[in-house]
Amino acid sequence: MRTRRRVRRRALVTGVTLALVLAIGAGPAFACGGLVSPNGTIQLVRTTTMAAYHDGLEHYVTGFDFEGGGAEFGSIVPLPANPIRIVRGGDWTLQRLELEVNPPEPVGVSAPLATGAVSGEAAVIQEKDIDSLHLTVVKGGAFGVGKWATDHGFLLPPDAPAVLDFYAKRSPYFMAVQFDAKRAQARGESIGDAVPIHLVMRTRQPWVPLRILGLGARSNAPIRADVFLLTDRAPNMLPVPAGVIGSGPAAPGLRQERSEAASSFLLQQLGSDRGMGWVPRSGMWLTFLSLDARAGQLTYDLALNVDGGAPSRVDAGIGPSFGRRAGPPALVWAVAAAVALFMAMTAVAVRQGRVGTRSPA
Amino acid sequence: MTPPRGRRAGGRGTRRRRPALVLAAVALLAVSGTACSRASAEGRSHLTVEVTIHHSAFQPSSFSFRRGTSVTFVIRNTDPIEHEFIVGDQAVQYYMEHTAHPRHDGSVPGQISVPPGATRTTTYTFTDVTHRTSDMQFACHLPGHFRYGMHGPITVTA
Repeated sequence: MRTRRRVRRRALVTGVTLALVLAIGAGPAFACGGLVSPNGTIQLVRTTTMAAYHDGLEHYVTGFDFEGGGAEFGSIVPLPANPIRIVRGGDWTLQRLELEVNPPEPVGVSAPLATGAVSGEAAVIQEKDIDSLHLTVVKGGAFGVGKWATDHGFLLPPDAPAVLDFYAKRSPYFMAVQFDAKRAQARGESIGDAVPIHLVMRTRQPWVPLRILGLGARSNAPIRADVFLLTDRAPNMLPVPAGVIGSGPAAPGLRQERSEAASSFLLQQLGSDRGMGWVPRSGMWLTFLSLDARAGQLTYDLALNVDGGAPSRVDAGIGPSFGRRAGPPALVWAVAAAVALFMAMTAVAVRQGRVGTRSPA
Repeated sequence: MTPPRGRRAGGRGTRRRRPALVLAAVALLAVSGTACSRASAEGRSHLTVEVTIHHSAFQPSSFSFRRGTSVTFVIRNTDPIEHEFIVGDQAVQYYMEHTAHPRHDGSVPGQISVPPGATRTTTYTFTDVTHRTSDMQFACHLPGHFRYGMHGPITVTA
Protein backbone atom coordinates (compact mmCIF):
# COMPACT_ATOMS: atom_id res chain seq x y z
CA MET A 1 0.00 0.00 0.00
CA ARG A 2 2.80 2.39 1.02
CA THR A 3 4.87 1.43 -1.98
CA ARG A 4 1.96 2.11 -4.32
CA ARG A 5 1.45 5.52 -2.68
CA ARG A 6 5.14 6.32 -3.03
CA VAL A 7 5.12 5.37 -6.69
CA ARG A 8 1.99 7.42 -7.25
CA ARG A 9 3.49 10.42 -5.42
CA ARG A 10 6.70 10.15 -7.43
CA ALA A 11 4.77 9.98 -10.69
CA LEU A 12 2.76 12.99 -9.59
CA VAL A 13 5.90 14.95 -8.71
CA THR A 14 7.48 14.12 -12.05
CA GLY A 15 4.28 14.95 -13.88
CA VAL A 16 3.92 18.30 -12.11
CA THR A 17 7.55 19.12 -12.84
CA LEU A 18 7.21 18.34 -16.52
CA ALA A 19 3.97 20.29 -16.71
CA LEU A 20 5.58 23.32 -15.07
CA VAL A 21 8.61 23.06 -17.30
CA LEU A 22 6.42 22.93 -20.36
CA ALA A 23 4.30 25.76 -19.01
CA ILE A 24 7.20 28.19 -18.96
CA GLY A 25 7.39 27.88 -22.68
CA ALA A 26 10.58 28.11 -24.63
CA GLY A 27 12.33 29.25 -21.50
CA PRO A 28 15.66 30.98 -21.23
CA ALA A 29 18.66 30.23 -23.36
CA PHE A 30 21.20 28.04 -21.71
CA ALA A 31 24.88 28.21 -22.39
CA CYS A 32 28.16 28.71 -20.75
CA GLY A 33 31.58 29.28 -22.14
CA GLY A 34 32.68 31.70 -24.74
CA LEU A 35 31.14 31.41 -28.13
CA VAL A 36 33.27 31.51 -31.21
CA SER A 37 31.93 31.66 -34.71
CA PRO A 38 33.21 32.57 -38.15
CA ASN A 39 30.96 35.57 -38.62
CA GLY A 40 30.20 36.65 -35.09
CA THR A 41 26.45 36.61 -35.57
CA ILE A 42 25.69 34.48 -32.55
CA GLN A 43 23.37 36.16 -30.09
CA LEU A 44 23.22 34.88 -26.56
CA VAL A 45 20.03 35.85 -24.78
CA ARG A 46 20.76 34.75 -21.26
CA THR A 47 22.73 31.85 -19.92
CA THR A 48 21.95 29.46 -17.09
CA THR A 49 24.37 27.30 -15.18
CA MET A 50 24.19 25.08 -12.13
CA ALA A 51 27.31 24.36 -10.13
CA ALA A 52 26.60 21.81 -7.44
CA TYR A 53 29.09 20.39 -5.01
CA HIS A 54 28.67 17.25 -2.94
CA ASP A 55 31.11 14.62 -1.67
CA GLY A 56 34.08 16.41 -3.25
CA LEU A 57 32.54 16.34 -6.71
CA GLU A 58 31.51 19.37 -8.71
CA HIS A 59 28.49 18.79 -10.91
CA TYR A 60 28.44 21.40 -13.60
CA VAL A 61 25.28 21.51 -15.64
CA THR A 62 24.86 23.93 -18.47
CA GLY A 63 23.23 24.04 -21.84
CA PHE A 64 24.42 25.04 -25.27
CA ASP A 65 21.94 27.06 -27.20
CA PHE A 66 23.12 28.60 -30.43
CA GLU A 67 20.83 31.35 -31.63
CA GLY A 68 22.32 32.01 -35.04
CA GLY A 69 25.44 31.87 -37.10
CA GLY A 70 26.66 29.53 -39.79
CA ALA A 71 26.44 25.81 -40.17
CA GLU A 72 29.13 25.09 -37.63
CA PHE A 73 30.19 26.99 -34.61
CA GLY A 74 31.29 26.20 -31.15
CA SER A 75 32.19 27.19 -27.67
CA ILE A 76 35.14 26.89 -25.34
CA VAL A 77 34.65 26.14 -21.65
CA PRO A 78 37.48 26.31 -19.14
CA LEU A 79 37.36 23.45 -16.63
CA PRO A 80 38.89 23.19 -13.15
CA ALA A 81 39.76 19.52 -13.66
CA ASN A 82 39.59 16.65 -16.08
CA PRO A 83 35.95 15.51 -16.04
CA ILE A 84 35.30 12.09 -14.56
CA ARG A 85 32.05 11.92 -16.46
CA ILE A 86 30.46 13.83 -19.33
CA VAL A 87 26.85 13.01 -19.98
CA ARG A 88 23.79 14.60 -21.44
CA GLY A 89 22.23 16.76 -18.77
CA GLY A 90 18.83 16.07 -17.36
CA ASP A 91 15.75 17.25 -19.15
CA TRP A 92 14.50 19.69 -16.56
CA THR A 93 17.23 20.49 -14.02
CA LEU A 94 18.03 23.98 -15.31
CA GLN A 95 14.40 24.76 -16.10
CA ARG A 96 13.29 23.57 -12.66
CA LEU A 97 15.86 25.82 -10.99
CA GLU A 98 14.65 28.76 -13.08
CA LEU A 99 11.16 27.92 -12.01
CA GLU A 100 12.23 27.91 -8.37
CA VAL A 101 13.34 31.54 -8.55
CA ASN A 102 10.92 32.79 -11.21
CA PRO A 103 7.60 31.07 -10.61
CA PRO A 104 5.23 31.71 -13.51
CA GLU A 105 2.05 33.68 -13.11
CA PRO A 106 -1.00 31.42 -13.11
CA VAL A 107 -1.84 30.82 -16.75
CA GLY A 108 -4.80 29.43 -18.61
CA VAL A 109 -4.91 26.94 -21.43
CA SER A 110 -3.53 29.54 -23.84
CA ALA A 111 -0.08 29.28 -22.28
CA PRO A 112 2.62 28.78 -24.88
CA LEU A 113 3.94 25.25 -25.13
CA ALA A 114 7.50 24.24 -25.62
CA THR A 115 8.36 22.77 -28.96
CA GLY A 116 10.22 19.53 -28.53
CA ALA A 117 13.53 19.70 -26.79
CA VAL A 118 14.01 22.61 -24.51
CA SER A 119 15.44 25.10 -25.82
CA GLY A 120 53.22 24.74 -26.19
CA GLU A 121 50.73 21.57 -27.66
CA ALA A 122 47.42 20.56 -26.49
CA ALA A 123 46.55 16.92 -25.98
CA VAL A 124 43.08 15.58 -26.55
CA ILE A 125 42.02 13.85 -23.33
CA GLN A 126 38.46 12.82 -24.14
CA GLU A 127 35.96 13.12 -26.94
CA LYS A 128 32.24 12.57 -26.79
CA ASP A 129 29.21 13.17 -29.01
CA ILE A 130 26.02 14.23 -27.30
CA ASP A 131 23.08 14.97 -29.58
CA SER A 132 24.32 17.57 -32.08
CA LEU A 133 27.36 18.47 -30.02
CA HIS A 134 30.88 17.15 -30.35
CA LEU A 135 32.75 17.63 -27.08
CA THR A 136 36.53 17.51 -26.84
CA VAL A 137 38.44 17.89 -23.60
CA VAL A 138 41.88 19.24 -24.35
CA LYS A 139 44.79 19.68 -21.98
CA GLY A 140 47.51 22.26 -22.51
CA GLY A 141 48.69 25.80 -22.06
CA ALA A 142 46.97 28.88 -23.44
CA PHE A 143 48.93 28.84 -26.69
CA GLY A 144 48.53 25.09 -27.22
CA VAL A 145 44.80 25.09 -26.58
CA GLY A 146 44.27 28.20 -28.69
CA LYS A 147 46.32 26.74 -31.53
CA TRP A 148 44.41 23.46 -31.29
CA ALA A 149 41.14 25.39 -31.49
CA THR A 150 42.20 27.44 -34.52
CA ASP A 151 43.52 24.29 -36.21
CA HIS A 152 40.12 22.67 -35.67
CA GLY A 153 38.04 25.39 -37.23
CA PHE A 154 37.39 27.71 -34.30
CA LEU A 155 37.80 31.36 -35.20
CA LEU A 156 38.90 32.81 -31.90
CA PRO A 157 38.17 36.49 -31.24
CA PRO A 158 41.06 38.88 -30.47
CA ASP A 159 40.56 38.72 -26.71
CA ALA A 160 40.91 34.90 -26.75
CA PRO A 161 44.70 34.81 -26.14
CA ALA A 162 44.36 36.85 -22.94
CA VAL A 163 41.28 34.93 -21.77
CA LEU A 164 42.87 31.54 -22.43
CA ASP A 165 45.98 32.70 -20.58
CA PHE A 166 43.78 33.81 -17.67
CA TYR A 167 42.35 30.29 -17.34
CA ALA A 168 45.46 28.29 -18.23
CA LYS A 169 47.24 29.78 -15.22
CA ARG A 170 44.90 27.75 -13.02
CA SER A 171 43.95 24.64 -14.94
CA PRO A 172 45.17 23.07 -18.16
CA TYR A 173 41.74 21.59 -18.99
CA PHE A 174 39.37 23.10 -21.52
CA MET A 175 36.33 21.70 -23.24
CA ALA A 176 35.74 22.59 -26.87
CA VAL A 177 32.15 22.24 -27.97
CA GLN A 178 31.32 22.03 -31.65
CA PHE A 179 27.77 22.24 -32.88
CA ASP A 180 26.97 20.28 -36.00
CA ALA A 181 23.96 21.81 -37.71
CA LYS A 182 23.62 18.89 -40.13
CA ARG A 183 23.46 16.39 -37.30
CA ALA A 184 21.00 18.60 -35.47
CA GLN A 185 18.80 18.72 -38.55
CA ALA A 186 18.97 14.95 -38.93
CA ARG A 187 17.97 14.58 -35.30
CA GLY A 188 15.05 16.92 -35.75
CA GLU A 189 16.63 19.64 -33.62
CA SER A 190 16.50 23.22 -34.69
CA ILE A 191 18.87 26.10 -34.09
CA GLY A 192 17.87 27.64 -30.81
CA ASP A 193 17.23 24.38 -29.02
CA ALA A 194 19.43 23.80 -26.02
CA VAL A 195 21.43 20.66 -25.34
CA PRO A 196 22.19 20.32 -21.63
CA ILE A 197 25.57 18.92 -20.66
CA HIS A 198 26.46 17.53 -17.24
CA LEU A 199 30.11 17.39 -16.24
CA VAL A 200 31.36 15.74 -13.07
CA MET A 201 34.77 16.83 -11.80
CA ARG A 202 36.70 16.17 -8.63
CA THR A 203 37.75 19.52 -7.16
CA ARG A 204 38.86 20.89 -3.82
CA GLN A 205 36.12 23.51 -3.87
CA PRO A 206 33.47 24.41 -6.40
CA TRP A 207 34.20 27.08 -8.96
CA VAL A 208 32.17 28.84 -11.63
CA PRO A 209 33.84 30.36 -14.71
CA LEU A 210 32.32 33.76 -15.45
CA ARG A 211 34.92 35.75 -17.38
CA ILE A 212 34.62 33.36 -20.30
CA LEU A 213 31.04 34.55 -20.82
CA GLY A 214 32.39 37.85 -22.15
CA LEU A 215 34.70 36.23 -24.71
CA GLY A 216 34.43 38.02 -28.02
CA ALA A 217 31.98 40.61 -26.74
CA ARG A 218 32.56 44.36 -26.91
CA SER A 219 33.54 45.76 -23.53
CA ASN A 220 30.19 47.54 -23.18
CA ALA A 221 28.10 44.55 -24.33
CA PRO A 222 25.65 43.30 -21.71
CA ILE A 223 26.32 39.83 -20.32
CA ARG A 224 23.47 38.22 -18.46
CA ALA A 225 23.40 34.87 -16.72
CA ASP A 226 21.61 32.97 -14.00
CA VAL A 227 23.90 30.95 -11.77
CA PHE A 228 22.52 28.36 -9.36
CA LEU A 229 24.67 26.87 -6.62
CA LEU A 230 23.65 23.75 -4.78
CA THR A 231 25.99 22.98 -1.91
CA ASP A 232 26.04 21.17 1.43
CA ARG A 233 26.14 24.50 3.27
CA ALA A 234 25.93 28.19 2.44
CA PRO A 235 29.07 29.01 0.43
CA ASN A 236 31.48 31.87 0.97
CA MET A 237 32.04 33.62 -2.34
CA LEU A 238 34.85 35.63 -3.90
CA PRO A 239 34.56 38.21 -5.34
CA VAL A 240 31.63 39.16 -3.18
CA PRO A 241 28.30 39.55 -4.98
CA ALA A 242 26.00 42.43 -4.12
CA GLY A 243 23.60 41.48 -1.36
CA VAL A 244 26.21 39.41 0.47
CA ILE A 245 28.13 40.43 3.57
CA GLY A 246 31.65 39.23 3.06
CA SER A 247 35.21 40.37 2.91
CA GLY A 248 37.04 40.87 -0.34
CA PRO A 249 36.58 42.76 -3.55
CA ALA A 250 33.09 43.20 -4.93
CA ALA A 251 31.86 41.30 -7.98
CA PRO A 252 30.65 43.93 -10.46
CA GLY A 253 27.27 43.02 -11.91
CA LEU A 254 26.77 39.91 -9.78
CA ARG A 255 23.93 39.92 -7.26
CA GLN A 256 22.78 37.29 -4.82
CA GLU A 257 19.03 36.96 -5.23
CA ARG A 258 18.42 33.93 -3.02
CA SER A 259 20.29 32.11 -0.30
CA GLU A 260 18.23 29.51 1.51
CA ALA A 261 17.94 25.88 2.46
CA ALA A 262 16.79 23.98 -0.60
CA SER A 263 13.32 22.60 -0.06
CA SER A 264 12.96 18.85 -0.07
CA PHE A 265 10.36 19.31 -2.83
CA LEU A 266 12.98 20.97 -5.06
CA LEU A 267 15.61 18.37 -4.20
CA GLN A 268 13.18 15.55 -4.90
CA GLN A 269 12.37 16.99 -8.32
CA LEU A 270 16.00 17.63 -9.20
CA GLY A 271 16.95 14.17 -8.00
CA SER A 272 14.38 12.55 -10.26
CA ASP A 273 15.99 14.04 -13.40
CA ARG A 274 18.38 12.09 -15.57
CA GLY A 275 21.84 11.78 -14.03
CA MET A 276 20.78 13.66 -10.90
CA GLY A 277 20.30 10.70 -8.59
CA TRP A 278 23.25 11.90 -6.51
CA VAL A 279 21.21 14.86 -5.18
CA PRO A 280 20.50 14.28 -1.47
CA ARG A 281 16.84 14.55 -0.54
CA SER A 282 17.59 17.05 2.23
CA GLY A 283 20.30 19.20 3.73
CA MET A 284 21.36 21.15 0.62
CA TRP A 285 21.74 24.91 0.32
CA LEU A 286 20.46 26.80 -2.70
CA THR A 287 22.07 30.05 -3.81
CA PHE A 288 20.78 31.94 -6.81
CA LEU A 289 22.93 34.64 -8.39
CA SER A 290 22.01 36.85 -11.27
CA LEU A 291 24.70 38.32 -13.46
CA ASP A 292 23.99 41.53 -15.34
CA ALA A 293 27.31 43.08 -16.24
CA ARG A 294 29.16 44.70 -19.11
CA ALA A 295 31.68 42.38 -20.72
CA GLY A 296 34.48 44.74 -19.69
CA GLN A 297 33.52 44.30 -16.03
CA LEU A 298 33.79 40.53 -16.20
CA THR A 299 37.41 40.17 -15.23
CA TYR A 300 36.75 37.51 -12.61
CA ASP A 301 35.40 34.05 -11.91
CA LEU A 302 33.41 32.98 -8.89
CA ALA A 303 35.41 31.10 -6.28
CA LEU A 304 33.52 29.28 -3.54
CA ASN A 305 34.35 27.77 -0.20
CA VAL A 306 31.76 25.45 1.27
CA ASP A 307 33.75 24.58 4.40
CA GLY A 308 33.37 27.98 6.05
CA GLY A 309 36.81 29.20 4.98
CA ALA A 310 37.89 31.92 2.60
CA PRO A 311 37.55 31.19 -1.12
CA SER A 312 40.73 31.11 -3.14
CA ARG A 313 41.79 34.37 -4.80
CA VAL A 314 43.50 32.26 -7.44
CA ASP A 315 40.25 30.46 -8.25
CA ALA A 316 38.57 33.85 -8.51
CA GLY A 317 41.24 35.00 -10.94
CA ILE A 318 41.98 38.10 -8.88
CA GLY A 319 45.42 37.17 -7.59
CA PRO A 320 48.43 39.33 -8.42
CA SER A 321 49.36 37.21 -11.42
CA PHE A 322 46.04 37.74 -13.14
CA GLY A 323 46.55 41.35 -14.22
CA ARG A 324 45.87 42.18 -17.83
CA ARG A 325 49.55 43.03 -18.29
CA ALA A 326 52.32 40.62 -17.49
CA GLY A 327 54.69 43.27 -16.14
CA PRO A 328 54.22 46.54 -14.31
CA PRO A 329 52.53 49.23 -16.39
CA ALA A 330 54.49 52.11 -17.89
CA LEU A 331 53.22 54.46 -15.17
CA VAL A 332 54.96 52.35 -12.50
CA TRP A 333 58.24 52.63 -14.41
CA ALA A 334 57.76 56.37 -14.74
CA VAL A 335 57.09 56.80 -11.00
CA ALA A 336 60.08 54.59 -10.14
CA ALA A 337 62.25 56.66 -12.46
CA ALA A 338 61.06 59.92 -10.93
CA VAL A 339 61.65 58.69 -7.39
CA ALA A 340 65.11 57.38 -8.27
CA LEU A 341 66.00 60.63 -10.01
CA PHE A 342 64.80 62.69 -7.05
CA MET A 343 66.85 60.57 -4.63
CA ALA A 344 69.92 60.86 -6.82
CA MET A 345 69.58 64.64 -7.09
CA THR A 346 68.99 64.97 -3.35
CA ALA A 347 72.06 62.87 -2.58
CA VAL A 348 74.19 64.99 -4.89
CA ALA A 349 72.78 68.20 -3.47
CA VAL A 350 73.44 67.07 0.10
CA ARG A 351 76.96 66.11 -0.82
CA GLN A 352 77.62 69.41 -2.55
CA GLY A 353 76.13 71.28 0.37
CA ARG A 354 78.45 69.51 2.81
CA VAL A 355 81.46 70.12 0.65
CA GLY A 356 80.47 73.79 0.39
CA THR A 357 80.11 74.07 4.18
CA ARG A 358 83.44 72.40 4.77
CA SER A 359 85.43 74.47 2.27
CA PRO A 360 85.90 77.58 4.42
CA ALA A 361 87.20 75.43 7.27
CA MET B 1 92.53 49.44 13.40
CA THR B 2 89.99 52.24 13.41
CA PRO B 3 90.62 54.52 10.45
CA PRO B 4 91.37 58.20 11.16
CA ARG B 5 88.35 60.47 11.40
CA GLY B 6 89.16 62.55 8.37
CA ARG B 7 89.59 59.53 6.23
CA ARG B 8 86.38 57.97 7.48
CA ALA B 9 84.52 61.15 6.57
CA GLY B 10 86.07 61.08 3.11
CA GLY B 11 85.13 57.43 2.75
CA ARG B 12 81.54 58.20 3.58
CA GLY B 13 81.50 60.91 0.97
CA THR B 14 82.69 58.49 -1.68
CA ARG B 15 80.09 55.99 -0.61
CA ARG B 16 77.42 58.66 -0.84
CA ARG B 17 78.47 59.66 -4.32
CA ARG B 18 78.38 56.05 -5.53
CA PRO B 19 74.76 55.45 -4.58
CA ALA B 20 73.91 58.76 -6.19
CA LEU B 21 75.52 57.66 -9.42
CA VAL B 22 73.88 54.24 -9.20
CA LEU B 23 70.50 55.85 -8.58
CA ALA B 24 71.00 58.21 -11.48
CA ALA B 25 71.86 55.25 -13.69
CA VAL B 26 68.76 53.39 -12.44
CA ALA B 27 66.68 56.46 -13.17
CA LEU B 28 68.02 56.66 -16.69
CA LEU B 29 67.35 52.96 -17.22
CA ALA B 30 63.83 53.33 -15.89
CA VAL B 31 63.20 56.32 -18.13
CA SER B 32 64.47 54.33 -21.08
CA GLY B 33 62.13 51.54 -19.96
CA THR B 34 59.12 53.82 -20.38
CA ALA B 35 60.45 54.93 -23.73
CA CYS B 36 60.52 51.32 -24.87
CA SER B 37 56.86 51.52 -25.78
CA ARG B 38 57.76 54.13 -28.37
CA ALA B 39 60.34 53.23 -30.95
CA SER B 40 62.15 56.11 -32.53
CA ALA B 41 64.77 56.33 -35.22
CA GLU B 42 65.94 59.42 -36.91
CA GLY B 43 68.79 60.14 -39.22
CA ARG B 44 69.26 56.60 -40.51
CA SER B 45 68.44 55.34 -43.97
CA HIS B 46 67.73 51.74 -42.95
CA LEU B 47 66.53 50.34 -39.70
CA THR B 48 65.34 47.02 -38.30
CA VAL B 49 62.61 47.15 -35.70
CA GLU B 50 61.30 44.23 -33.65
CA VAL B 51 57.59 44.12 -32.97
CA THR B 52 55.93 41.66 -30.60
CA ILE B 53 52.27 40.77 -30.69
CA HIS B 54 51.05 39.43 -27.35
CA HIS B 55 47.43 39.17 -26.20
CA SER B 56 46.40 40.92 -29.42
CA ALA B 57 48.44 44.03 -28.66
CA PHE B 58 51.45 45.47 -30.47
CA GLN B 59 54.63 46.24 -28.60
CA PRO B 60 55.94 48.90 -29.24
CA SER B 61 52.62 50.63 -29.49
CA SER B 62 53.89 53.54 -31.63
CA PHE B 63 56.77 54.47 -33.90
CA SER B 64 58.56 57.56 -35.07
CA PHE B 65 60.74 57.60 -38.20
CA ARG B 66 62.42 60.24 -40.29
CA ARG B 67 61.10 60.52 -43.83
CA GLY B 68 63.19 58.47 -46.20
CA THR B 69 63.95 55.73 -43.68
CA SER B 70 63.57 52.18 -44.90
CA VAL B 71 62.34 50.05 -42.01
CA THR B 72 62.35 46.27 -41.77
CA PHE B 73 59.73 45.23 -39.26
CA VAL B 74 60.39 41.84 -37.64
CA ILE B 75 57.03 40.82 -36.24
CA ARG B 76 56.79 38.01 -33.67
CA ASN B 77 53.33 36.70 -32.94
CA THR B 78 53.19 34.98 -29.54
CA ASP B 79 49.41 34.44 -29.74
CA PRO B 80 47.63 31.23 -30.77
CA ILE B 81 45.63 33.19 -33.35
CA GLU B 82 46.66 34.78 -36.64
CA HIS B 83 47.38 38.50 -36.89
CA GLU B 84 48.35 41.02 -39.56
CA PHE B 85 50.76 43.91 -39.64
CA ILE B 86 49.63 46.53 -42.13
CA VAL B 87 51.49 49.82 -42.55
CA GLY B 88 49.75 52.60 -44.40
CA ASP B 89 47.91 55.87 -44.28
CA GLN B 90 44.29 56.17 -43.25
CA ALA B 91 43.02 55.38 -46.74
CA VAL B 92 44.91 52.07 -46.73
CA GLN B 93 43.69 51.23 -43.24
CA TYR B 94 40.09 52.09 -44.15
CA TYR B 95 40.25 49.91 -47.25
CA MET B 96 41.71 46.97 -45.33
CA GLU B 97 39.17 47.30 -42.55
CA HIS B 98 36.16 47.45 -44.84
CA THR B 99 37.00 44.93 -47.53
CA ALA B 100 37.55 41.21 -47.50
CA HIS B 101 41.14 40.51 -48.40
CA PRO B 102 43.27 37.38 -48.64
CA ARG B 103 46.26 36.59 -46.49
CA HIS B 104 49.18 38.96 -46.98
CA ASP B 105 52.14 37.03 -48.32
CA GLY B 106 54.57 39.92 -48.00
CA SER B 107 54.64 40.79 -51.68
CA VAL B 108 53.27 44.24 -50.85
CA PRO B 109 55.73 46.27 -48.74
CA GLY B 110 54.43 46.86 -45.24
CA GLN B 111 51.69 44.25 -45.43
CA ILE B 112 52.18 40.83 -43.88
CA SER B 113 50.11 38.12 -42.22
CA VAL B 114 51.66 36.49 -39.17
CA PRO B 115 50.46 32.97 -38.27
CA PRO B 116 50.19 31.82 -34.64
CA GLY B 117 53.58 31.55 -32.98
CA ALA B 118 55.40 32.67 -36.12
CA THR B 119 57.79 35.49 -36.97
CA ARG B 120 57.54 37.36 -40.27
CA THR B 121 59.29 40.39 -41.73
CA THR B 122 58.21 43.17 -44.02
CA THR B 123 60.04 46.26 -45.18
CA TYR B 124 58.49 49.64 -45.75
CA THR B 125 60.15 52.86 -46.87
CA PHE B 126 58.67 56.08 -45.59
CA THR B 127 59.41 58.09 -48.73
CA ASP B 128 56.05 59.28 -49.95
CA VAL B 129 55.93 63.04 -49.55
CA THR B 130 52.16 62.88 -49.29
CA HIS B 131 52.49 61.10 -45.95
CA ARG B 132 51.16 63.48 -43.41
CA THR B 133 52.70 62.84 -40.02
CA SER B 134 49.36 62.14 -38.36
CA ASP B 135 48.16 59.90 -41.15
CA MET B 136 50.35 56.84 -40.89
CA GLN B 137 49.35 53.84 -38.86
CA PHE B 138 50.09 50.18 -38.38
CA ALA B 139 47.20 47.83 -37.70
CA CYS B 140 45.65 44.39 -37.83
CA HIS B 141 42.41 44.10 -39.80
CA LEU B 142 41.28 40.57 -39.04
CA PRO B 143 37.64 40.65 -37.88
CA GLY B 144 37.32 42.58 -34.64
CA HIS B 145 41.06 43.10 -34.16
CA PHE B 146 41.22 46.81 -35.09
CA ARG B 147 38.25 47.57 -32.85
CA TYR B 148 39.95 45.60 -30.07
CA GLY B 149 42.80 48.11 -30.23
CA MET B 150 45.27 46.53 -32.61
CA HIS B 151 46.53 49.73 -34.18
CA GLY B 152 49.05 52.43 -33.45
CA PRO B 153 50.41 55.67 -34.91
CA ILE B 154 53.56 56.13 -36.92
CA THR B 155 54.98 59.62 -36.81
CA VAL B 156 56.99 60.55 -39.90
CA THR B 157 59.21 63.53 -39.35
CA ALA B 158 60.78 65.65 -42.06
